[in-house]
Amino acid sequence: MLRNRDLTDAPEVLRIRDLVVELTGNTTAPPVLKGISFDIRRGETVCLVGESGSGKSVTSLATMGLLPKGALSVRSGQILLDGQDLLACSARQMKQKRAKNLAMIFQEPMTALNPVMKVGAQIVEVLDLHTDLSASEKRAKVIDIMEQVHLPDVARIFDSYPHQLSGGQRQRIMIAMALILEPALLIADEPTTALDVTTQKQILALIAELQARHGTAVLFITHDMGVVAEIADRVCVMRHGEILETGPIRQVLEAPHHGYTQALLGAVPSLVPRAARVLAEKPPILIAKALGKTYRSGSVFGKKTEIRASHDVNFDLSPGRTLGIVGESGSGKTTVARSIMRLIEPTAGQILLDGDDIAHLSTAAMKPQRRKLQVVFQDPFRSLNPRWTIARSLTEGPLNYGVPYDKAIAEAKRLLRIVSLPEDALKRYPHQFSGGQRQRIAIARAVMLEPEVLVADEAVSALDVSVQAQVLDLLAELQRQTGIAIIFITHDLRVAAQICDEVLVMKRGEVVEQGPAAQVLHDPQHDYTRALIHAAPGRFWDFAARTPLSA
Amino acid sequence: MLSYTIKRVLSVVPILLLVSVFVFLLLRLTPGDPAAIIAGDQATPEQLERIREAMGLNQPILTQYLSWVGGIMRGDFGTSLISNVPVLDLVSQRVMPSVSLAVLTMLITVLLAIPMGVIAAWKHRTWADYLVMSFSVLGFSVPVFLVGYVLLLIFSVKLGWFPPQGYRPLSGGLMPFLDRAILPALTLASIYIALIARMTRAAMLDVLNEDYIRTARAKGVGERRLLFVHALKNAAVPIATIIGAGFALLISGVVVTETIFNIPGIGRLTVDAVLARDYPVIQALILLTAGLYVFVNLLIDLSYPLFDPRIRY
Repeated sequence: MLRNRDLTDAPEVLRIRDLVVELTGNTTAPPVLKGISFDIRRGETVCLVGESGSGKSVTSLATMGLLPKGALSVRSGQILLDGQDLLACSARQMKQKRAKNLAMIFQEPMTALNPVMKVGAQIVEVLDLHTDLSASEKRAKVIDIMEQVHLPDVARIFDSYPHQLSGGQRQRIMIAMALILEPALLIADEPTTALDVTTQKQILALIAELQARHGTAVLFITHDMGVVAEIADRVCVMRHGEILETGPIRQVLEAPHHGYTQALLGAVPSLVPRAARVLAEKPPILIAKALGKTYRSGSVFGKKTEIRASHDVNFDLSPGRTLGIVGESGSGKTTVARSIMRLIEPTAGQILLDGDDIAHLSTAAMKPQRRKLQVVFQDPFRSLNPRWTIARSLTEGPLNYGVPYDKAIAEAKRLLRIVSLPEDALKRYPHQFSGGQRQRIAIARAVMLEPEVLVADEAVSALDVSVQAQVLDLLAELQRQTGIAIIFITHDLRVAAQICDEVLVMKRGEVVEQGPAAQVLHDPQHDYTRALIHAAPGRFWDFAARTPLSA
Repeated sequence: MLSYTIKRVLSVVPILLLVSVFVFLLLRLTPGDPAAIIAGDQATPEQLERIREAMGLNQPILTQYLSWVGGIMRGDFGTSLISNVPVLDLVSQRVMPSVSLAVLTMLITVLLAIPMGVIAAWKHRTWADYLVMSFSVLGFSVPVFLVGYVLLLIFSVKLGWFPPQGYRPLSGGLMPFLDRAILPALTLASIYIALIARMTRAAMLDVLNEDYIRTARAKGVGERRLLFVHALKNAAVPIATIIGAGFALLISGVVVTETIFNIPGIGRLTVDAVLARDYPVIQALILLTAGLYVFVNLLIDLSYPLFDPRIRY
């Protein structure tokens, strides 16, 4: 349900007026923040929502006084916290205010904690810096806040290092650290983006619970409309350093008045599965039979350990169809993909590609088969060689298979047109393109070899929602034209609902449910699938239709 | 951890065996008859034969190697050809000056180089950074003997602060020891400081970009604590690695430095032995330095878990 609380009578905690942030020493370039204004009241959650580069993180860092030195600086404006202008504070005053009056949690719980310090000590450090409590009082206070964030076995976790905890537990530690001194303002910068949906749901609930207990004002930064619908009282929509639209959550979701907000909402994939496609039955191109991968490790002295990364995976995939493999981190979905790609050798079962079993082929015997299997990876910023031109990246595969250069270049040009990039892109390097453009290049690279099967491993997860929609459309279009079979690996049920014909739900290496997408996502049989769907943020709302979903 | 330690200690054995083979072959592969080399130009055929017999040169090469290694196991490194003193006695007399010099050098290096690197990273691209980096380039490119002579000229000859040469053992009191050891240690440390300051700077620059540094700032942690508590411990593993790898520099530096400052240590012994072609001594010294190098790096490898709890053996 939308929170949509009206807190106009509560006192103002944060008041930002005409904040302008520019590139340090560069007055000619347009500012990064072009004079934004908003405020947050006690106990209220305001979501800053926007795509990458919109300036939402810059807003939060400016408020904390943590803009990267020498890169960004505030030109003008006011940031008032409880009536005091933070921009007029000295470095020393700001240092004292951090954690005490305003605190922040970050996106990546995996890297946000110091890996060589015990987590208890990291929370105690906040008290060391800002209070005069005795050692035993500090410990008691830390244990208390760790219990408030519902960490299990608090005494053990107090003495654990970050790498011994899960992502969700680490984010709980971050929240405990941020809230231990009960600051008036909590800034949460994409705090759940790196977490699994079920963990995300718990963390969102936790933030809301602690907010209610302590009356904290929360500035919540996210790109995910589903999360916005879950947690916001009010929303500010940002683009290119400006706030385009602001209002109570219900108003923004039901009657967005700015065109950009409307487009943004329209691009959110629906959780309702698309109608099943009826396609001419063709014999399957790829069949997996009892496929499994078990990692074994051990040493001369230590005991042997076995990790079953995936187990008994069965499916068949026909040309022109899309199979979704859905699961949370550690579910084994990527292991399955890597086995099929034969980037690793499976330890059990068969992979029949066009009738040939490729499960245990040697590197040499695999080579002619590789052309038929191509992959698009998650991170478009790392999957293209930064020192190679696009032409070289695109033609490398065909040249390896003996295609003449002229022909390969001609094909590269044709594909660039299909992925809506100009022909002169060939001469350029990856850093000259945006994330969405790079992912389209990566897709062009994959289909250069005219593969039978395309494996997309979280291929749209790193992209903004509007770009995500374009890339999904592109994949659908390519599939329609070429009849390629796609294995789509994702943690995002919304995306799976929109693109997949069949879905396979994995948990801890096991397939828990499998079937037509419409059936699995609409009427899940397994508890885990139900939990996944239940945890999808904003599942009660149809963003494109701007109405609540009837259950 | 225990099984890893045992494994690592055992892995030292093949390395040292390989070194011993090279050291053994050193004498055998030198052109000409080892006995003739040892006996010198004036030897008679009878003398040569006696030496061959005494060295076991008439036996098969494998037997010779085994009996040589067997001797070493019992602490018998042979006898110096020049002074006729057992090599073991000769070397052990000279170990203390060199070891105390090396330890002092290490101390000076760590105390100077790490703060220098930290400050350079913290003040990245300011004059402080450029100063440290310039010193680093200088330390690398100026030969050790030149540093030694320049220090001598300034602090002993011109200013008269320290005696120019000699050695007093640490057992005779700290101040007399430092009085004579400080200049050689600084000489030896110059290249080492350059190396470690540079490495510390690079490792710190990486760490300072990490998310947890931002988290610490968001908690209100001050700059000094940020640098020396949060960042430095995370940068410690590469720094420790380079301290170990740089130990080879220290060994070669010791030879030159001890000669300049007239310190009766391993380095001087090495120079004397090489010039006199005192093969048994040379062999023992190579084995000793190789063993030391391996041992220091073993200790450093085993110390990683102290810096980073994610490293578990």
